[in-house]
Amino acid sequence: MYEEIFKKYTPEKENLIYILHEIQDTHPQQYISEEAVEWVAEYLQIEPSHIFGVLTFYTMFSTKPRGKNIIRLCESPPCFLRGSEKMLKRLAQLLKVKAGETTSDGLFTLELCACLGVCGNAPVMMINEDVYGDLTEEKLDKIIASYTGGEK
Amino acid sequence: MSKMINLTVDGIEVQVPEGTAIISAAKKAGKNIPTLCYHPDLPATANCGVCVVEIEKSPLKRACCTPVWEGMNVTTNSHKLRELRKTLVELTLSNHDVVCPTCVQNGKCELQDLAYHLGIQASDLPSLLEKKPIDYSSPSIVRDPNKCINCGRCITVCAQTQTVFALTLDGRGFETMVTTSFDRGMANSPCVNCGQCTVYCPVGALREQTHIDSVWDALLDPDKYVIVQEAPAVRATLGEEFGMNPEEVTVGKMYAALRSMGFDRVFDTNFTADLTIMEEGMELINRVVTGGKLPVITSCSPGWIKFMETYFPCVAENVSTCKSPQQMFGTMIKTYFAEKEGIDPSKIVSVSIMPCTAKKFEAQRPEMRDSGFQDVDYVLTTRELIRMIEEAGLDFKNLPDEKADNLMGEYTGAATIFGATGGVMEAAVRTAYFVLAGKEMADLNLTPFRGMAGIKEANLVVPLKDGGELPLHVAVAHGLGNARKLMERVVAGEVFHFIEIMACPGGCVGGGGQPFGSSIADRARRGQSLYKEDAAAVKRTSHSNSEVMKAYADFLGEPNSHKAHQLLHTNYFERSKVTGDCVKAVTHKH
Amino acid sequence: MKFYRSHILIGIDDSSLAAGVKEIEALLRSELQKNNLSDEINILETGTLGLFGTGVSMTVFPEQVTYVNLTAADVPEIVSEHFLKGRPVTRLALKAPLKKHYDYNYKNRIVLANSGKINPEDIKDYLAAGGYEAWEKALLIMQPGEVVDEVKASGLRGRGGAGFPTGLKWSFTAPIKAEQKLFVINADEGEPGTFKDRLIMEGDPHKLLEGIMIGSYAVGATKAYIYIRGEYKLCIHRLEIAIKDAYEYGLLGNNIFDSGFDLDIYIKIGAGAYVCGEETALIESMEGNRGNPRSKPPFPGVQGAWQLPTVVNNVETIANVPAIITNGSEWYKGYGPDGCSGTKVFTIMGDVNLPGLCEVDMGTSLRTIIDEFGGGVKEGHQFKAALVGGAAGVFLPIERLDVNMDYNSLRNYAAVLGSGAILVMDERADIVDMLYSVIRFFRHESCGKCSPCANGNEMLYKLISKIRKGKGAPEDLYNMDKVAEAMFHSSFCALGQSLVMPIRSAIEHFKADFLKRIN
Repeated sequence: MYEEIFKKYTPEKENLIYILHEIQDTHPQQYISEEAVEWVAEYLQIEPSHIFGVLTFYTMFSTKPRGKNIIRLCESPPCFLRGSEKMLKRLAQLLKVKAGETTSDGLFTLELCACLGVCGNAPVMMINEDVYGDLTEEKLDKIIASYTGGEK
Repeated sequence: MSKMINLTVDGIEVQVPEGTAIISAAKKAGKNIPTLCYHPDLPATANCGVCVVEIEKSPLKRACCTPVWEGMNVTTNSHKLRELRKTLVELTLSNHDVVCPTCVQNGKCELQDLAYHLGIQASDLPSLLEKKPIDYSSPSIVRDPNKCINCGRCITVCAQTQTVFALTLDGRGFETMVTTSFDRGMANSPCVNCGQCTVYCPVGALREQTHIDSVWDALLDPDKYVIVQEAPAVRATLGEEFGMNPEEVTVGKMYAALRSMGFDRVFDTNFTADLTIMEEGMELINRVVTGGKLPVITSCSPGWIKFMETYFPCVAENVSTCKSPQQMFGTMIKTYFAEKEGIDPSKIVSVSIMPCTAKKFEAQRPEMRDSGFQDVDYVLTTRELIRMIEEAGLDFKNLPDEKADNLMGEYTGAATIFGATGGVMEAAVRTAYFVLAGKEMADLNLTPFRGMAGIKEANLVVPLKDGGELPLHVAVAHGLGNARKLMERVVAGEVFHFIEIMACPGGCVGGGGQPFGSSIADRARRGQSLYKEDAAAVKRTSHSNSEVMKAYADFLGEPNSHKAHQLLHTNYFERSKVTGDCVKAVTHKH
Repeated sequence: MKFYRSHILIGIDDSSLAAGVKEIEALLRSELQKNNLSDEINILETGTLGLFGTGVSMTVFPEQVTYVNLTAADVPEIVSEHFLKGRPVTRLALKAPLKKHYDYNYKNRIVLANSGKINPEDIKDYLAAGGYEAWEKALLIMQPGEVVDEVKASGLRGRGGAGFPTGLKWSFTAPIKAEQKLFVINADEGEPGTFKDRLIMEGDPHKLLEGIMIGSYAVGATKAYIYIRGEYKLCIHRLEIAIKDAYEYGLLGNNIFDSGFDLDIYIKIGAGAYVCGEETALIESMEGNRGNPRSKPPFPGVQGAWQLPTVVNNVETIANVPAIITNGSEWYKGYGPDGCSGTKVFTIMGDVNLPGLCEVDMGTSLRTIIDEFGGGVKEGHQFKAALVGGAAGVFLPIERLDVNMDYNSLRNYAAVLGSGAILVMDERADIVDMLYSVIRFFRHESCGKCSPCANGNEMLYKLISKIRKGKGAPEDLYNMDKVAEAMFHSSFCALGQSLVMPIRSAIEHFKADFLKRIN
């Protein structure tokens, strides 16, 4: 079932991270399942335990099903200084989840992340591939509404 | 010859080959640098940081992974280093479940030792420990993340020495945890139960699934008839644990201790080691003579068997169908012995004492019930036996030498050397030679199979009764990493006739149930003790074991008879590399 | 070739994307079309214009008018007033203080010279700006050893944080005989407050490629990798285009310019791990492993990725190389003080009026950078502290504002240049809070391989959390120092070793903030 992805990469361990990215990005729940790990292990001829170790090391990968939209709020010092804690509180309130959790409707997963390199616009978050900067509570409300309102 | 490097360690001049790590160079200068993760048998993981030393004109460096350089001036102890080590040990303790009095490693624990040596006082650092569930899923091994100090030795030994790849790291940073894939538990991983991780664990985070309470319950239950067997490697180890000359083989005191603890019959696994040779030797001869599947590969080591089922099911038909000596013994107790003595086998509790954790897994395999009951009920490791002897308050060192009970207690030197790498090969060749040539070998010592080389090979020429000759290419591997290498050669088509595999480095004397911290040097010494006992034995070939012959005459018929096949042989499965579960049977019982 | 009356450069980077630049660009195109101006006015997407907090911005050449904070409603007005009638809309143009900042910012640029001026997705723009001349010169006129010597003589030092002399690094690997050597770019920019490499790659990817080509030639590497963090999608996209174009122009591949030299460049992506900025961890990650650092020795230059000699350099470092080769080491040494030559890209953020970046001479004072380039501390507030060098940096108090920002001057204050990040805090900031945030970052990013770092970070986090909640005890500060000191001496890599700097400097200079929270 992952042939389409495997086709693009030679069966070498160095392609593991690429393959995992792609499997995750194409999964509707944006995660890497145990089954996927077995397939990758088979294709790359490496041990499943190695893949599990790699998978849990990098923060961009998830071994648990996630929401349709992944919110990654930066909590590094520059964003912290500009109020990321307040933003987290607001997001948690809006979505009724804690960091690391997925909303019950499966629409959002709220994650905290390290510096996204957009510190000039702190506080910053990413939703999926999109970056949102200079966040304020009002701005957050609007952004979230644009996802729940079916605009995005 | 590699280049030699001169350095000083605490003012002592030493010369070591280029590339030597400071920690080894210091040892040469008589200085043991403290560490929590480094073990001389294993490549340095360089995780704990405790071994940092001062070097002139350099920042502090880890002694375990820093190679020496010419003119290096090392200081291994100073005010600064002591304070540093204290802080590191304090930090480690703050994230460790400190339950020393009841820990299996109490008295042997490397963390306990170091904390004691450094005089760590009650720390004013807060505890970091967040209790995690203990993994009791495996029949062999318990994994306790609350004690783990992330030294990395278990993963090194599992992945590099044994190439089993059951253990891995989950997560990152402080949350990093040694676990199995997707934290499914040891039972649902490719773990082969070899237990090498338990031997190298410095703190008791990996240990055996204990049967001590169950065995005491049986011993203290008057309705139970409790029978014990002991593997050859155990007797080569007990002495060192009870302050005796470590080279001494303590078989007589072992029997005395077991009897004193209340076992109703004290037999010896060596008996079925000889029986195994009769069965396996005959299987080998049959296959060689009739053009059967070659090479024949030994089946005594349950860690190897599960490894084979997981990674090399393609050689399953090569593996001898013989059960291991433990399991042959279990079946024979609840059939042959029960019949002979007129004891209801349902009342029998069959206990084995093994240097091995995989035997606990083997005993509960569903196939291992040919007596109509679970053939072996409980398996104790050497370590558990030692604790039981201590609990019983026995002065082991001064116990009288006793003998094993009759019927299944006799053994030969060939059985004794089962405990060391190459021993099964040597024992099998002695008997196969006798059967094929019609006479004993002139020299029973087959030294090419002895010693700690990872893979040992020989070309033998056996003279046949009818005047011909039979050339045999045979090989011995111990440690599953070596087994893997050898199997890759077999799969590639290289011709072998007979191969002995033991899962653990050094063979059973280096088993996963042997004392914590057993080093390669300890294993080599125990092996030599067994060879010494063999040399001193009156009978040194399995076919000269009269009780074994009697068992054939009275009960089994002849080697490889139908009944022998029913009771003493088994079949194999293919297993998932992910979960270790059986996928399908790959061989079938006759 | 087509001639346009005007060129509009629209800054496309993560910041402007966040402000909706794509919608506005589309609107601009359709408005131009409506007015039949498409053949006269050219729109170019470029990297950052060097402005932050100014939303969607664009610069019109040759008029050199920069519009900022554009909204959709402004677009028709600009098109009709400026492009039809030739009257720039001053209402929307960059105002005086910002303008000064913007012009100033361009003066001294080496690595960012083209950024914001060329279309990073068009190799022709880079060529027109003199691009790949250095590559041609190095490959056809110079011997590899001469390239190494030139870079050595320039005094260029690693811009990733450690400041190791680049030419010296190359000289270790250049003489090694090996079947294959590798040249690796560390583009795993993860130091909080640092986004200079992103802007270099987004704004001028060919400059990096040219540097890689020259460096690879110098050390004899025929394969080069750019290890880039997975989050930098736009960089990855632009680098992919740039690499493809470079092959098409014969700048990469086999027997480049008939010189007999072969070079391939590949991109490797990370997946979120700050520690992969450590070169051996980066190598592990490239190989498809957990990003745990390796023991050194063997050093990567001798035995790196797949056991091959591997030179690992930072993006900014290598972006300096083409200019050094074109203009010579003496020219380069004209920038910055002795021993720290060249320019440095600083990112300025926090409580300043104009968060952003600047490329200035090494050794420019912290005060100048904050006041001139960062637009000064936020209106109506006073400077309290600057966290300099990234999270693994030092909290500098007001008394240190005149420190010169170069490796050697900072060392006098036990501080480091690090990645060049400057996080400014005004009097509203609480240093306990900030230190908490710094420690939390390290706790999150510790790889877990070595216990001093993993346990130490957790302990520090516990202690600072306790203090932050007002439950601290005096010995907590002592214990924090003790733990950080132990981590400094015994951590396996720089990640665990660094924490002592922010902790010591925070407690030393801002003790009052701590004592407020301690009973």
